[in-house]
Amino acid sequence: MSKLNSNIPEGSLAEKWTKHKSKIPLVSPANKRQIDVIVVGTGLAGSSAAASLAELGYNVKAFCFQDSPRRAHSIAAQGGINAAKNYQNDGDSTFRLFYDTIKGGDYRSREANVHRLAEVSASIIDQCVAQGVPFAREYGGLLDNRSFGGVQVSRTFYAKGQTGQQLLLGAYSALSRQVAKGRVELLSRHEMVELVVVDGKSRGIIARNLVTGELERHSAHAVILCTGGYGNVFYLSTNAMGSNVTAAWKAHRKGAYIANPCFTQIHPTCIPVSGDSQSKLTLMSESLRNDGRIWVPKNAEDALAIREGKMKPTDLSEENRDYYLERRYPAFGNLVPRDVASRAAKERCDAGFGINKTGEAVYLDFSSAIKRFGTEAAHVKGIKTPSEDEIKRLGEKIVESKYGNLFQMYEKITAQNPYKTPMMIYPAVHYTMGGVWVDYNLMTTVPGLFALGEANFSDHGANRLGASALMQGLADGYFVAPYTVGTYLSQDITTGKISTDSPEFDEAESTARNRMEGFLNSKGNTPVEVFHRDLGKIMWSQCGMARNSEGLKKAIADIRILRDKFYSDVKVLGKIDEMNPELDKAGRVADFLELGELMCMDALAREESCGGHFREEFQSKEGEAVRKDDEFAFVAAWEFTENDPGKSKLHKEELTFENVELNTRSYK
Amino acid sequence: MNFTINVWRQNGPKERGGIATYKVSNISDDMSFLEMIDVLNEQLIIQDIEPVVFDHDCREGICGMCSMFINGEAHGPGRGVTTCQLHMREFKDGDTITIEPFRAKAFPIIKDLMVDRGSFDRIIQAGGYVSVNTSGNLPDANATPIEKQDADAAFDAATCIGCGACVATCKNASAMLFTSAKVSQLSLLPQGKIEASERVMNMVKQMDLEGFGNCTNTGACEVECPKGISIENIARMNREYLSASITSK
Ligand SMILES: Cc1cc2nc3c(=O)[nH]c(=O)nc-3n(C[C@H](O)[C@H](O)[C@H](O)COP(=O)(O)OP(=O)(O)OC[C@H]3O[C@@H](n4cnc5c(N)ncnc54)[C@H](O)[C@@H]3O)c2cc1C
Ligand code: SF4
Ligand code: FES
Repeated sequence: MSKLNSNIPEGSLAEKWTKHKSKIPLVSPANKRQIDVIVVGTGLAGSSAAASLAELGYNVKAFCFQDSPRRAHSIAAQGGINAAKNYQNDGDSTFRLFYDTIKGGDYRSREANVHRLAEVSASIIDQCVAQGVPFAREYGGLLDNRSFGGVQVSRTFYAKGQTGQQLLLGAYSALSRQVAKGRVELLSRHEMVELVVVDGKSRGIIARNLVTGELERHSAHAVILCTGGYGNVFYLSTNAMGSNVTAAWKAHRKGAYIANPCFTQIHPTCIPVSGDSQSKLTLMSESLRNDGRIWVPKNAEDALAIREGKMKPTDLSEENRDYYLERRYPAFGNLVPRDVASRAAKERCDAGFGINKTGEAVYLDFSSAIKRFGTEAAHVKGIKTPSEDEIKRLGEKIVESKYGNLFQMYEKITAQNPYKTPMMIYPAVHYTMGGVWVDYNLMTTVPGLFALGEANFSDHGANRLGASALMQGLADGYFVAPYTVGTYLSQDITTGKISTDSPEFDEAESTARNRMEGFLNSKGNTPVEVFHRDLGKIMWSQCGMARNSEGLKKAIADIRILRDKFYSDVKVLGKIDEMNPELDKAGRVADFLELGELMCMDALAREESCGGHFREEFQSKEGEAVRKDDEFAFVAAWEFTENDPGKSKLHKEELTFENVELNTRSYK
Repeated sequence: MNFTINVWRQNGPKERGGIATYKVSNISDDMSFLEMIDVLNEQLIIQDIEPVVFDHDCREGICGMCSMFINGEAHGPGRGVTTCQLHMREFKDGDTITIEPFRAKAFPIIKDLMVDRGSFDRIIQAGGYVSVNTSGNLPDANATPIEKQDADAAFDAATCIGCGACVATCKNASAMLFTSAKVSQLSLLPQGKIEASERVMNMVKQMDLEGFGNCTNTGACEVECPKGISIENIARMNREYLSASITSK
């Protein structure tokens, strides 16, 4: 029997959420004080959920592995957050945001969830402004917008290249206010290492105190996972070093299904890999594609000359450049969605047109923008015949005001000045659309266990549009979970405190302890990092931008061998009952070694190309993705069985589309 | 490139620490400083020496975790960079590099280079917010236009990453730059003005309770701040504090 019930409310698309909210059973303030909620993670999803639930009156414990909630990975988001405000009066609406998201996700997400996201998006901006989030403004004092890939309206709100930072600090301030009131207990430098399930319900967690090494028991009536994405399974990604799948994976092992794990977003504009000891990749925000033009040399000889350092990009005349996105996708040009842009870059580099030493890089060029802005600025200033230098100077100033911090970041890493020479970029792993399966109420297949933000699979289908993750994280935390978690908790008003002195807690704690002791006792020869790097190589080459059946099968076999080797040969020093970051890392890598296999199985089972999942066997003559709606318009939800990821069982949640027509996604 | 690394090792908050010296080789100039430490740590593990503990996460200059005092400077040489944004090309082959934790009474050492900056969280908890609930029933975001100049100034102050370099650099271990950045951000915006007096009083009180020192206007904090937070914020906070103390009496 399948447990998959999406619990989508009745009614027309636009009415579902309002009606659903109006029917939600309420919990009285006195009863809320008897109810405990655990929120794991303090990124946008976690901080906003913890603050909102505490405001409502529940007792909240918030966990994060960093030293402060403000340091969650959301802090690094750069470009912006979408909302259907239609401030620009360019034809935006709730329906259009809904439609763009469904289409952008290549028709692999739920209509009802996505529509709700679009509905609440406008409130997010109101909320953040009220909290003092300093969004960019125009001279008239009103909020400014920019465009992001895959859409033709300007609906992205931003705070220079630090939008995530500003939004997270806003949510962190709301959380801090509740901590001050004693409504939230903050447990930073704590890592969830087990989920506790009692009588089929999620009733607590085992957390490792990362400072003392102690394994602590925490009980609650509901547990909310806001633990972010698992892109680091690829080793190199734009995620923060600590981002991991452990909390989600532990929940998976206790009955939470994982949905569409193979849907990974490879972001087109990242700084290319430079060497073997590289530990992470740096994103250059998609907002740069508003004004930057992407190209490679038209002739392979020129590309070779550039690779060998015999020629500079600025030496190449316009006719010898191939602005391949503008050529292939005239309607959207440089603003095609991420999956399309990434594959196009790979295609050019595979064909021999790459422009750095490794042959895996393309140009992102601002010279046209600098010229255009400079000419405009000169005009505004009343300079009749501005010199080329003057135009450049004025233009560079405007580019600096828009993207200054990104340009600076680029220069610090590469020691090249992007105002003078085009940036070099290449796609890199960035975001995971897949995640813990949740129903409309964001509840997983384990009653009382919820998943919010990047940790769940819910809204982005097979490809996420830019600036929509921040929107989803805050929508889930501020505006959805407070209602839906409350509904669940309304059954728990007479339950009373959950004891941590139970066989279930004993079992969970000893599982965690045995695992860690296993790593320490393995007494092998190889540091954890080496296994992580090897896993990353397998995943990137076989389960990255292009996948095929043979490669995926090989990857599965290779991962299983690597996993065995890990358990017999990993070397972790130190002890269990003390601070031990290597031990923590071993736990995370062990979980990645299981997840990696599941991702490959999912990619193998999905015999179509859609969004970020490109199966080489399923492409058109022009190299575009071929989706197969009659066979694969479903969510692939995997159940963990027999203590072996290779034995995972696939459950299908059929997707029905009543409000949009399934079209071939075209950005031409 | 090859380096000699002098690094502070300390097993726990109460234990005595000291400098240990290691050699690290095969470092390329493209590597970041933290990647150099990764290489060092991998070498140490192979030699059965416990790796050096340090805080880090984003590795792109925004989370504020990577607190290291390198050759006597918070976040090492160069302006406007965090340790994770420092690259080995800034050093010469054969250099000796000394790495210590951020030191301040209010930042006790946890282990090696890792310190406890919970005091910063508590300063924010004392008032670094606007008292508004997350109900969603709020005025439209464009209902109150904000002058671009004020919005931009609030943004500049809000870019503080809470790293603590200002404290580690200050000879008094003062947290004025950090605290004033938040006070300024909120008092520059109409949404934050309403509680401005109470906020500044409470945050300053907490700052003192945590054991941060006084500000004697040396300006060292501004120089070492990786985000260029200006000491004008301190002046603004002092003004706010003064007017708040007058009106509250
Ligand atoms: C460089 C970069 C730029 C981006 N730019 C944008 C953008 O411009 N617009 C946009 O919409 N999206 C952007 N994204 C995506 C977006 O930032 C993320 O998807 C989003 O912030 C995730 O938020 P979250 O709250 O789900 O999780 P995170 O912010 O990742 O938070 C995870 C939290 O979980 C905690 N945690 C994890 N595991 C455990 C555990 N086992 N125990 C305890 N705690 C745990 C962590 O401590 C942390 O607090 C960007 C992403 C990157 C990498
Ligand atoms: S003011 Fe500057 S140095 Fe101080 S914590 Fe903020 S960013 Fe760091
Ligand atoms: S690791 Fe995040 S700022 Fe350095």
